Amino acid sequence: MTRISAVNDFVVKFANVNGSGSASANGMFAKSILRMGVPLAARNIFPSNIQGLPTWYEVRVCEQGWLGRRGGVDLMVAMNPQTWDQDVASIEPGGYLFYDSTKPMPPSKFRSDIEVIGLPLTAICNAAYTDPRQRQLFKNIIYVGAIAYLIGIETEVLEKLVTEDFASKPKLIQSNFDALRLGREAAAESLKPIGLQMRRSDAVGDRIYAEGNSAAALGAVYGGATVCAWYPITPSTSLAEAFTAHCQDLRVDPETGKAKFAIVQAEDEIASIGVVVGAGWNGARAFTCTSGPGISLMQEFVGLSYFAEIPAVIFDVQRGGPSTGMPTRTQQSDVLLAAYASHGDTKHPLLFPEDPTECFEFGALAFDLADRLQTTVFVMLDLDIGMNEWLCRPFQWDDSRRLDRGKVMTYDDLEAGKDFGRYLDVDGDGIAYRTYPGVHPDRGAYFTRGTSRDPYARYSEEGSVYVGNMKRLLAKFETAKSLIPAPVLQPAKRRTPHGAIYYGSTTPAMHEALAILEAQGVHVDGLRVRGFPFSDEVMKFIEEHETVFVVEQNRDAQLRTLVMVEGGVNPAKLEPVLGYDGSPITARFITDQILGLIRGATRTPVPEVAE
Amino acid sequence: MTYITKPRLHHPLLVPNGLGFTRRDYEGKVSTLCAGCGHDSISAAIIQAAYELDLPPHRLAKLSGIGCSSKTPDYFLGNSHGFNAVHGRMPSVLTGANLANRELIYLGVSGDGDSASIGLGQFAHSVRRGVNMTYIVENNGVYGLTKGQFSATSDPGSKSKRGVVNHDQSIDLVGLALQLGAGYVARSFSGDKAQLVPLIKGALAHKGAAFIDVLSPCVQFNNHVGSTKSFDYVREHNAAMNRMDFIEARQEILADYAPGEVELVTQHDGSILKLRKIAADYDPTDRISAMSHLQLHQARGEVVTGLLYVDPESKDLHDHLATVQKPLNQLEDRELIPGSEALAGINDSLR
Repeated sequence: MTRISAVNDFVVKFANVNGSGSASANGMFAKSILRMGVPLAARNIFPSNIQGLPTWYEVRVCEQGWLGRRGGVDLMVAMNPQTWDQDVASIEPGGYLFYDSTKPMPPSKFRSDIEVIGLPLTAICNAAYTDPRQRQLFKNIIYVGAIAYLIGIETEVLEKLVTEDFASKPKLIQSNFDALRLGREAAAESLKPIGLQMRRSDAVGDRIYAEGNSAAALGAVYGGATVCAWYPITPSTSLAEAFTAHCQDLRVDPETGKAKFAIVQAEDEIASIGVVVGAGWNGARAFTCTSGPGISLMQEFVGLSYFAEIPAVIFDVQRGGPSTGMPTRTQQSDVLLAAYASHGDTKHPLLFPEDPTECFEFGALAFDLADRLQTTVFVMLDLDIGMNEWLCRPFQWDDSRRLDRGKVMTYDDLEAGKDFGRYLDVDGDGIAYRTYPGVHPDRGAYFTRGTSRDPYARYSEEGSVYVGNMKRLLAKFETAKSLIPAPVLQPAKRRTPHGAIYYGSTTPAMHEALAILEAQGVHVDGLRVRGFPFSDEVMKFIEEHETVFVVEQNRDAQLRTLVMVEGGVNPAKLEPVLGYDGSPITARFITDQILGLIRGATRTPVPEVAE
Repeated sequence: MTYITKPRLHHPLLVPNGLGFTRRDYEGKVSTLCAGCGHDSISAAIIQAAYELDLPPHRLAKLSGIGCSSKTPDYFLGNSHGFNAVHGRMPSVLTGANLANRELIYLGVSGDGDSASIGLGQFAHSVRRGVNMTYIVENNGVYGLTKGQFSATSDPGSKSKRGVVNHDQSIDLVGLALQLGAGYVARSFSGDKAQLVPLIKGALAHKGAAFIDVLSPCVQFNNHVGSTKSFDYVREHNAAMNRMDFIEARQEILADYAPGEVELVTQHDGSILKLRKIAADYDPTDRISAMSHLQLHQARGEVVTGLLYVDPESKDLHDHLATVQKPLNQLEDRELIPGSEALAGINDSLR
């Protein structure tokens, strides 16, 4: 057997039981690697459950900086007997299995092509602690101490993290130090460091380690959002909770202690978007956050916002669909649902952040766009970006930046006698001026309705008036093209007939795939789409290539459909590459698919669950 | 015929109010409802109340859902912003509007289909949150715009125009509002303007969720013998608990009553509700007794009207959320954006 040997480039997976307190220990493990200057991507794979079901934490250590899921496992920390068989099976040949050897296991439970490392964790805990909860919690810290020894994580780094984490509970610092030491010493006594090793580097730079939901919520704070109405739904709940926490830190008036924000946990998603539309109508920046099933419920209001031209922002943290789907698994499967939300002829701007940094940036931008375009803007996160911590560029804010409130007629404008037509296209960009309620004693009031009206907001059921208005809304959508963030080109080293379009959380795996393909002599130009409506650059990119792979994480190739329909693109030109099993797409998967398509091999329509 | 502009000619006898506005300044477009519709009388009562209160029309926002009743905000207060939202969802839109600017007065107009059927959830939740609003349900027990289907406030045993008898239990919005903690609860009748106008004035001056259920017979589909929402039925069964006069804070109270027959309730803005008792044992400041009184009289087939409950100290959603006094829609960039320095600190905490 050849054991895997690697420095700063391997995958460690922790198999745990939900609710056993493993998350904070695993998080400390990941952060210690970052503090040693080595990039990593860590992902929680968790069930829709509070306690008892299996959960995994997958850490990809990669000095080169590839942050997508790699696939495969080099070191499995198997702490959950329920999933033992599948966990052992998932280890790469030559990989390592770390387990609690307190209870003897029959040889049939192991594999001969992996190295098995046993440490009697339960026995160590039982000897050191009497309290059952302590036994459970410290077992996690003990295995972190043991693994730190096995792969060469510096003790000082771990101890510094403990000191920071428990700054407010100093009593716990020493007990965590003790548990780490217990693990390290037990491992040093009976085991040797393995072939996977950590070495200090400086590849992390000034990057931060942040969750997309929290970043998007911070973006909402910087974007001037004051009203948030929401209904709990995985995986978007933590966005509203983060907004609450950020506002408490950043938006409480220091003199009066009063809140410069209003957050309502509504009775459902319909009321949530209703509150947002009401607040937007009245000139406050408002948002809701939800997932696919919530978007389904919000359809009627989204149409009202489109037609009555009311700014609204919806953060859609996508999860496995359809219906209730797989609430704790990731997908990009709400693209069409959001783009064409509601009855009648409607379409809405979408933003696709690639990572938490862009969640912050687009989270703020969305409010400017919503006010400028007077419509609902969707920010399309997914569970992978939203609920996992990602290593990403630090957040930045230009203090000279002003919030763009869009076209709003003020008291002075009205007093000066400016002609106010709520739906009058005065500038030729399809966007009309609005007024906030209460602006002027006898000018600027209008009656908002979802049915038809003329440019002065007077009721009308005339066909020509309706068509005129619908055409103006199209002109407005055309204006949106220039306001949506432009796509980002990732050119191949050589001129190539092959292009690939991708978006959102697919990006890191895609970039790695492009590099792997290039190393194999297969050149593919990449274009990361950052929003909808698509700019002309997207269509030009498609025109310039013979074949364009559209890589996404849903079954029905939804972005491809959107490109086809909105750009009038020949479907034969767009080859779908689709990973939608609920776990984040991998570079290996994308590479195999694209190679298969280029070399004319039969395509696997459904990705295999086990890689 | 909303496209017909009303002539701007004023009747010489139109008297301006304290702000110099005449009653005409509080009107809206010409109603498109059926001749004799109870809803038009409610619109007239709203106009009268706003006029008498010297309300600057633009400081009020009127919101509604869908249905005959929800069309009416176009027919009053033409200088106020209005929002005809989606069916049953006016309460959430009003809640959002109220959060955006706490300084305006919010008037929600809805119907029994809009609030008791499709919108029952939003009705209940806006009331229990204590949104500062006047919520009027124009209750006719029937779907008018879709031509005569029963609504959820139709009483069991009530007969439709086509002769169908309703067997479902009716939803009593007043009972629900009381249970859900509304700070001001009243019921009135579109045919009794003298009772309705002061009740609307009291509600507009009230802080917190003020709810008025106004029985408003549908002349087209629910005004026949056998209906419990007809003009005749409501007149015959009307049991007023009290007669209310609304006295603004700045007005003088004239002692034109004998001791014991009148109760004075001072609201948070200093306005006074002067209640002449009709039912001697009725105490409108006691929620529990109001609820039991209501149940008792309704069980006898009476339509209980008047000011049924008031909590002069009631709090609103902004109190619960501890929001700043300045309306959220007027906060400036520097009050909203924490800036790059704060962000640098956040970045550091994420390393």
